[in-house]
Amino acid sequence: MKIKHLAATGVAAFLVAAVPSAAFADDPSPAPAVNTAGTSFLTAVPIVSSQQVQVGAVTGDYLYWQFTAEAGQRPDLTATVTLPDKGRTGDESWIIEVFDGLRRRQACVAGEQSPVAAKDAAQVTLGCRLRQVRSWAEPQDGDPLPGTYYVRLSSTTMPEADLGLPLKVSLGLATPKGDLDADQGELAKPLVPNNQPGTVLSGPAPAASPSAAADADESSFSLDWLPDFSGRWFWTAGGGVLAAITGLFGFSLTRRRRRV
Amino acid sequence: MIHKRLSILVATGLIGATSLLGAAPAHADETENSEPPTVELVLDVSGSMKAADIDGETRIAVAKRAFNKVVDALPENTQLGIRVLGATYAGKNKKIACQDTQQIVPVGPVNAVQAKNAIATLKPTGHTPIGLALKKAAEDLGDNGSTRRIVLITDGEDTCTPPDPCDVARDLAAQGTHLVVDTLGLTPDEKTRKQLVCISTATGGTYAAANSEAELTDRVKQLVDRAAVPPPVQPAVVTGTADCTNAPLLAPGVYTDREKISEHRYYRVAVQADQELRASVSIALDRAINPDYGVLLKAATKDGRELVRGLDAGSGRTDVLSAGLRWSADEQKADAKASAEAADNDATEAAEDTDATEVCLIVANSFASNVVSANGMPVELSIDLVDASHVPDAPGLGRGFLFLLVLAIAGLLAGILAGWVTRYWVATWREN
Repeated sequence: MKIKHLAATGVAAFLVAAVPSAAFADDPSPAPAVNTAGTSFLTAVPIVSSQQVQVGAVTGDYLYWQFTAEAGQRPDLTATVTLPDKGRTGDESWIIEVFDGLRRRQACVAGEQSPVAAKDAAQVTLGCRLRQVRSWAEPQDGDPLPGTYYVRLSSTTMPEADLGLPLKVSLGLATPKGDLDADQGELAKPLVPNNQPGTVLSGPAPAASPSAAADADESSFSLDWLPDFSGRWFWTAGGGVLAAITGLFGFSLTRRRRRV
Repeated sequence: MIHKRLSILVATGLIGATSLLGAAPAHADETENSEPPTVELVLDVSGSMKAADIDGETRIAVAKRAFNKVVDALPENTQLGIRVLGATYAGKNKKIACQDTQQIVPVGPVNAVQAKNAIATLKPTGHTPIGLALKKAAEDLGDNGSTRRIVLITDGEDTCTPPDPCDVARDLAAQGTHLVVDTLGLTPDEKTRKQLVCISTATGGTYAAANSEAELTDRVKQLVDRAAVPPPVQPAVVTGTADCTNAPLLAPGVYTDREKISEHRYYRVAVQADQELRASVSIALDRAINPDYGVLLKAATKDGRELVRGLDAGSGRTDVLSAGLRWSADEQKADAKASAEAADNDATEAAEDTDATEVCLIVANSFASNVVSANGMPVELSIDLVDASHVPDAPGLGRGFLFLLVLAIAGLLAGILAGWVTRYWVATWREN
């Protein structure tokens, strides 16, 4: 299916492919600044790469945002908390946590994830870089996959008396591209939460439509067996050319030896 | 997905690209909620509000001005009400004083002039019956299934306990659906702060302190704005059972339930053979919890074989603890097919069996708390069924310099071999 698209778009697609999609977000007119934060997973406020996030909050708040990541990206978050200038009575621990679309905790591989702000510190800086988002993983794996990601910023320990003091938070998200060809396989649907009210069924669920769709697919001509377009095509084609050249060289070696 | 997007990009041009990226987050495709969100401000007008300790002015004067500003800047469609407590009875009889709470602006679209007039007449007078005011405020808001928010603004602790307003708040949250109490302390002392933090924690709300007019106005505005943006979904209420056979069968969607400490709750989901089950659970910490705790979401077959589990643990102050899992029947189906082929007579039965697998979802927690409460902790369960993702084949294409080296050596060897064969063939041809 992908290949069909590719064929249709032709050379133009190659040209666009050469420009990472992050470049669009770096446009001179970035997305409007966000000045709100959610208070739960459901109300998390969406943000995009390179968007300015400035929020007024209080000590003790749990602030939620969400963003979308695609395979090959390495989302990188940085947050700065400007602490209350008066009324603080002790040290505060802060934490930035990232969860995937299934609310599974994701590991940070770089960045100061849980710093402690001293009593007299004016601000505290937090950071979290995720592992590269993979295009596919075993269901039992916790690897980062394409889809929604949630960010939660909160303070984990602080003197009880410091609760409720006003502070300011700024958050930044960058999504640089990592190694795009590293992965095989594809997730059928990104990990995006299905936000619809549930219904309790009395009997067994009705037969799902996807299976019918799959049957229809099988009857038509399919190019699904072809791997997705990636750098591997160049490597393999290049390898073929190289093999042909060394083949000719090898052939010529035997001829030269015959003359001598 | 990338390539689908690429083709769209080419079709719509680069201008469309920015809007496409902007629309990507999950909020984009959510359905609009029919019921408008409602919010009620509950203001303490007890005697202590006379104290002149905010920038040299009385607390009530500051609160009135802040309220007027909030009313002026209300977001559209906000259904706002205002209730006061301790506003009328100045006598000594505690029984009467603790019944003193009135709604001065009914919940609905706000008439700014009317609301301001009602606010202007307030005089700090009586006791602080917070528990009763919360109960009445919840009644004012009704229960139409949409999110209800109460913003409680007080300068002192409840003077009418029992009942403890914190217990009242926890009971209210457990009874109705989606009630959140945000609290604001006006120059709060330690007792007030503890009580307000307890009330907000019990209902999943927030607590803030206001020591100046600007802080108070900003925070109330922020809370009202927040109330105007309802969550994208109102979870359906479900009650999990203690075993799998009687567990409720769930369709994809978001559910809410209550689970007591150290309780297990079972749910069932029918997963088609070509589907992937995605489930996540969040348990909200609505009370003071001892350090070190965990939550477990487990998928198992009906006969108890574990399929996959998701878990998370923590040890600090937090609002919710979440876990999630993915599971697809793909491999199990392949196994079943193989066994069905082996035993022909069972084939039809086996095929029926593998059509849909009933998966038991078990939600368990390992919390411990000194707070005695008959109510369970709020559970948010989210279920989704999507097409299964298949295990990728071994790479069809190679990459890397080792790969090139192998191909080059293979080519070289093939060339030499071809050369030898040709020489041999030419030699024999000449002889003939």
